[in-house]
Amino acid sequence: MSELEPKRAIDGAAEESIHIPIAGPASLFTQLKGFWVTFAAQFKKVTTVQYPEVKEPTAPRFHGRHQLNRHPDGLEKCIGCELCAWACPADAIYVEGADNSDEQRYSPGERYGKVYQINYLRCIFCGLCIEACPTRALTMTNEYELADDSRKKLIFEKEDLLAPLRSGMLQPPHPYYPGTDDQDYYHGRVTEAHPSQEQK
Amino acid sequence: MNSARDLILDDPGWLIAVKGLLVFVFCVLCTLMAIWFERRIVARMQLRLGPNRVGKFGLLQSLADGVKLALKEDLIPAAADKLVFIIAPIISATTCFMAFAVIPMSGPVKMFGQETAFQLTDIPVGVLYILSVASVGVYGIVLAGWSSGSTYPLLGGLRSSAQVISYEIAMGLSLVAVFLYAGSMSTIDIVDAQDQFWYAIVLFPSFIIYAISMVGETNRAPFDLAEAEGELVGGFHTEYSSLKFALFFLAEYVNIVGVSALATTLFLGGYHAPPGLGFTESWLGGWFTFIWFFIKVVLFFFVFVWLRGTLPRLRYDQFMQFGWKVLIPANVAWIMVVAVLRYFTLNGASRTSILIFGGAILVIFLMGSSLYERSKAKKGEVTASAVDAPAPYPVPELPMKISTFTVPRAERERE
Repeated sequence: MSELEPKRAIDGAAEESIHIPIAGPASLFTQLKGFWVTFAAQFKKVTTVQYPEVKEPTAPRFHGRHQLNRHPDGLEKCIGCELCAWACPADAIYVEGADNSDEQRYSPGERYGKVYQINYLRCIFCGLCIEACPTRALTMTNEYELADDSRKKLIFEKEDLLAPLRSGMLQPPHPYYPGTDDQDYYHGRVTEAHPSQEQK
Repeated sequence: MNSARDLILDDPGWLIAVKGLLVFVFCVLCTLMAIWFERRIVARMQLRLGPNRVGKFGLLQSLADGVKLALKEDLIPAAADKLVFIIAPIISATTCFMAFAVIPMSGPVKMFGQETAFQLTDIPVGVLYILSVASVGVYGIVLAGWSSGSTYPLLGGLRSSAQVISYEIAMGLSLVAVFLYAGSMSTIDIVDAQDQFWYAIVLFPSFIIYAISMVGETNRAPFDLAEAEGELVGGFHTEYSSLKFALFFLAEYVNIVGVSALATTLFLGGYHAPPGLGFTESWLGGWFTFIWFFIKVVLFFFVFVWLRGTLPRLRYDQFMQFGWKVLIPANVAWIMVVAVLRYFTLNGASRTSILIFGGAILVIFLMGSSLYERSKAKKGEVTASAVDAPAPYPVPELPMKISTFTVPRAERERE
């Protein structure tokens, strides 16, 4: 506490002369230096990116448009739990779950996301939904060109968000890979689709 | 060979009309290119590219902007004085073109088969005419601010009038030295008088003061107090839209080109080639002189852009202080020196005696300034001890005391 006390007594004998610099115009050299900065800047590389023609890649973990992922055989990872919707601070996600059945199976387990909407007019791209997702169904892509001309177009439906079917994937609904159950899916033991899974 | 003045005075009526039109077209084209040039250069200074979409290199950008402005809705505020509101931009835009009438833009040339020079007219008091026209142009700004019926435009207009009046004094005074040396106020005579040395070199202080005051005169950064967008929204043209706003924009840039052209005429030898390149003046049938003139104007304009890209806007009081307490006194002192030197030269004083005289003045000046510095330093000490004296009102002590206030719980934790 005592070291915080000012060293100099208020009317003590140890008078210190206070140096107050007289404000004046900067020296001519200082002024010229500023002019040189702007002059030299003309010949430096410009930072402008000619955007629509040239597209720079984003940072690898840039928060872009969402994506609903699939298991390797094409079944959806989303189980319709709504945790993403609950986590969303902007109330941008709307989920309606429904029950899977053996005839109509969209995802491993009991439930799947029947309706899945993300409103990009509200979304703030914070990524809390991705943290909340228990099955890693929801992730974010690097896609950032989301401008559109109507409100309706900016509410993305499930089919807009679902990851495309890659080779070896089958369009759900289809049954489990033969001889497996939901646990095998979650533990990543299913690595591809089986011909018998295809539904007529 | 006839002098340029005789050539101009011999012009038939139709040629005068054609030249008037050409001067007008030159000014408008200059404005369009100047806006593009400025935006590109300032962009480069800020590591950007600037407009590059409309036309090759974005050259048509200002044309597109002009069309856009013309197609916009023309608003007249309900509180505005309608007549004055409409007249103000017209005053601004017409006067700035008028200054170009007496600027000699080329030496003797052939124009449509007529021996003439690219200069509309020549009057014995040409430079005074330009100064007076420029000050009429201020009416446009003041009236625009006043007639808008709104606070910020009024403030902008008032600032502008104060600014232009103060800097016009410095500007006019810096021209006095040129008049003394050229012995004339006619622009042609002034250009002819510079065939050996440019006045920018001979009368360097005048040139610097003119260069500074022309920035103040045209309301350009760092002296753009009249339209300080951070303080006054848009200044005097806040309430203007559409073509009326475009007229102000046009006036501003024609004014810049105008003062640059005047600076070229008075200090950089006008349309003459730089020393040592005199042989180029006969190229293209004399039209090459116009190119020299244009290059010099562009150089000045580049300086305008450079200033804008480099310096922050001055505070109003700093600006006024600079104008009244630095530029004008320095100018008056310099004119005294020039007048005395001129008097002795014209009365046949030898070069050595002038040099001795000038050296003596320099020594006196240096002694005076060092004495002044010393007294200022003493004054600085006085201010320092004044700080220690008890202030008449409560102020924090210097150096500031650190508060020793502690939260009770923090106390407990420490023990």
